[in-house]
Amino acid sequence: MKSVVLYLHVHQPYRISPYSIFKAGYEHDYFSDERASDSARNEVILKKVAHKSYIPTNHMLMELLEKHPDFRLSLSITGTFIEQCEAWAPEVLKSFQDLVATGRVEIVAETYHHSLAFFYSREEFEKQVKLHVDKIKELFDVTPTAFRNTELAYYDDIGVWADKAGYKAVLAEGWDPVLGWRSPNYVYQPPHTKNIRLMLKNYRLSDDIAFRFSNHEWHEWPLTVDKYMSWLPVDEEQVVNLFMDYETFGEHQWDSTGIFDFMRTFVERISTSKWYDFKTITEAAALEPRDVVSVPYTVTWADTERDLSAWLGNAMQQEAMRCLYELEDVVIASQDKQLIDDWRKLQTSDHSYYMCTKYFRDGDVHAYFSPYNSPYDAFLYFMNAIRDMRWRILEHHKEVI
Amino acid sequence: MRILMLGWELPPHNAGGMGVVCYQMARALAGRGVSIDFVLPYTAHHPNTEFMNIVSTTPRSPQRGDGTWVYDSFAAGGPRMKRIQDDYLSVAVAHAKKFPPDVIHAHDWLTLRAGMAVKNATNRPLIAHIHATEFDRAGGKEGNPIIHDIEQAGLLMADRIIAISKLQHDLIAERYNIPSDKIEIVHNTIDYNDFAEPVNGDTYRYARRLQDEGYCVVSVMNRLTVQKGLSYFMRAAAKASHRLGRFVFIIGGDGEQRDELIEMSADLGIADKVIFTGFVRGKQWRDIFAVSDVFVMSSISEPFGITALEAAAHGAAVVITKQSGAGEVILNGFKYDYWDEERLADILINLASSSALTGHLKANAEEEIRGKSWQDVASRFIDQYAKVGASS
Repeated sequence: MKSVVLYLHVHQPYRISPYSIFKAGYEHDYFSDERASDSARNEVILKKVAHKSYIPTNHMLMELLEKHPDFRLSLSITGTFIEQCEAWAPEVLKSFQDLVATGRVEIVAETYHHSLAFFYSREEFEKQVKLHVDKIKELFDVTPTAFRNTELAYYDDIGVWADKAGYKAVLAEGWDPVLGWRSPNYVYQPPHTKNIRLMLKNYRLSDDIAFRFSNHEWHEWPLTVDKYMSWLPVDEEQVVNLFMDYETFGEHQWDSTGIFDFMRTFVERISTSKWYDFKTITEAAALEPRDVVSVPYTVTWADTERDLSAWLGNAMQQEAMRCLYELEDVVIASQDKQLIDDWRKLQTSDHSYYMCTKYFRDGDVHAYFSPYNSPYDAFLYFMNAIRDMRWRILEHHKEVI
Repeated sequence: MRILMLGWELPPHNAGGMGVVCYQMARALAGRGVSIDFVLPYTAHHPNTEFMNIVSTTPRSPQRGDGTWVYDSFAAGGPRMKRIQDDYLSVAVAHAKKFPPDVIHAHDWLTLRAGMAVKNATNRPLIAHIHATEFDRAGGKEGNPIIHDIEQAGLLMADRIIAISKLQHDLIAERYNIPSDKIEIVHNTIDYNDFAEPVNGDTYRYARRLQDEGYCVVSVMNRLTVQKGLSYFMRAAAKASHRLGRFVFIIGGDGEQRDELIEMSADLGIADKVIFTGFVRGKQWRDIFAVSDVFVMSSISEPFGITALEAAAHGAAVVITKQSGAGEVILNGFKYDYWDEERLADILINLASSSALTGHLKANAEEEIRGKSWQDVASRFIDQYAKVGASS
C-alpha cells in the first residue's frame, strides 16, 4: 500500500498599502486598506479568494470527507490568515474548524507570521512557532505534531530543531540535488535526530496540479485523472507527497479549468483503490524511514533555483531584512503590543518576495502576486514603514535605545 | 515694448527649472511695462499669468496620464516632438505677422527653430536665451546631433545670446564657436520674498526626529537623471556614512534613474539612510530645504541650478559641483568636482561634525541670497532688448 499525503498551505499576508515617507511619524497602520487601491486591499483580496477558493474548496473537501471515510489530508494555516478571517470572513474560519473536527484533517505547525525568522533570530522564530501552536490549539483544539518552515525553507538544522521540539515530521522540498539518486516517495530521517521523519515533496506530481494543470502549452494538457493515476509510483514506494498552496484550488487554477472535478475524481479513485490510501503527514511519519537524508544548504519550494533567492536574492531584500531584524531587541523590550505585532507582520515573507527582481521584466508569477507597480515601490514602502517603526521607538521608548 | 517670448513650459506644468525662470522673468518684465506674448506648445490653465498674453500652439494637454511630462527633452528628436515643434513654429510665425514684436526672445533649442523662422518672416531681432545645451543634457556624452544642429544654427542666427552663467557662456563660446562679445551673462535668481513665510519641515517628521538625535540631514533635489550626477553622490554618501553613521539623505524628485538609485543605495548598504520622496511640490518641496542641514547640487553639468539658491534661502548649507553655475552666485559654499566622491564625503563629514562650520555657511549663504529679486534682473534684459534695437 502506498499513501497519498496531501498537504495544502493556506496563507494571506497583511500587504503594506502605499506608504510614503510623508506618512512616517504620522500614520502607523502600514497595512491600512484606506490607502490601497481597490484591488490591492487586504480585505477585498481575502474576500475575493474566499469566494473563489476557500469557500468552494472547503465545501468540496467536506463533501469528500463525508463520502470517503479513508480520505484525509493535512493543512497549514498561517496566523495572519486566521486573523484576517476573524476580521473579515468568520464563515471561512468556521469551515476550516469543521474540517478539522472530522479528526481526519491534520494541522501542521509553522511560524505564525509566515516569516523567515529562523534565518535571523532563533529566539524570535521560536516565539512565532509558539504563537502559532497556541492559536491553533485555541481555535481547533489540536496540538500540531508536524512542522513546516515558511516556504518550505529547510536545511539540517531545522530538522534538528523540530526533533528537539518534539515534532514527529518535518516538511521539505524533494529537490533532486539533495536527493541524488534517491526518490522523494519514501520516508526519511534528518541527520543527528532521534524521532523525527523528513517528508519530501514530490514536486513533479505536485506541480502537475499546482502549476501546470491549466497550462495549454504543456504537452500533457489536458490532465485527466486517468493520466495522472498512471504517473503515480507503482513499486515498493511508501508515499506520494503532494504538497501545494491551498489556493491552487479556485484561485491559481480557476474553477473553469476543471480543477475541482479533477480533485473529486482523484480522491474517489484513491479511496477506492487497492494500491493506494490517504495518510496525514504524522500518520505517514510512522512508516519506517528508508535512509538518512542530509540537506546541508537551504532548499525551498520556490522557483527553479529552489533557494531563498526569491526572498533574499537581491541587495534590497537583504537590506530590508537586516533593518527589520536589527530592531528585534528594542521592539521586544518596549513591551508595546502594537509595536511588536506590527514588527512581526512586517516579517511576513511576502514583503520581501514583492521586492524580488528576478524575472521582473517578464511579468511572471512574482508580478502576479504583487500588489505594487514594481519591486522598487515595494522596497520603498517597506523601508518607510521601518522608518516609522524607528520613529515610534525613539518617541515612545527612548529609554530602550 | 512688445516681446514675443518663445517658451516651452510654465508652472505648474513645468518639468524643470526653465519654466520657473521664464515665469519669473516674464512677471518682472511685465512689471516694467513690457508687453509679452508668451507662446506655449500646449493648452492648460496657468494661474497668475494675467500680466501677459499666452498663445497656445496646439490643443495638446501638458501631462500624460502617468504624471510625467510630454515635453521631456529626452523624447527629443523623435517624430512626435518634431510635429509639436512644427505646429509651434507655424503658429508663432502667424502670430508674429499679425502682432509684430520688437524683439523675439527664444528659450533653448526647443523654440530656436521657431525663433529663426519668426526672424526670417518679420525681420525682427532674435535673442537666444540658453538655459541648457545638448552637451549639458547628455551628461558628458555626445548627445543628439539633430539638436546640436538646431542649437548651432540658432546661436549663429541670434542677434544676442543670453547665458545664465559664466560656465554656460564658456561652453557656448567654445563648443559652438560663438564670439564672446555676442554673449551676455545674466545669472538666474530667485525672489527671496517668495520664501518669506517660514516652513517648519514637519513633512519629514522621521528626518526631523533623527536630527534631534544629532543626525545630519543631507538633501538633493533634482530630476533623477544622469546629468545630475546622483550616482557619484550616492557613493560619496556611502563613504561618508561608513565613516560617520549619523546621516540621513533625502533624494527629492523623480526620473528614469530612480530604480537604479534605489538598488544602488541597497548595494552600498545605506538604503535605510536614503529617503526617496518622489516628485514633490508646495510644502513637501519647501520642507526638504527646511529640514536639511546640507543641500548638495551634485550635477555633472548644471548651467545654473536655481535649487541651490532656494536651498540657501531656506537656511541650508550648500555644497555645489564646480560644474554648476549656481556656484558663481553662492560663494559661501563648498565646491567640488562632480566625480570627486572622496572630496564630497570629506565635506559631508566635516559639515556633520562641526556645527560651527555648518552654521557659518548657512548664515553667509543666506546673506548672499537675501533680498534677491527678479526685478533686479529685468533691467538687464531690457538693456539687451535695447542693444538689439528695440526702443522702449
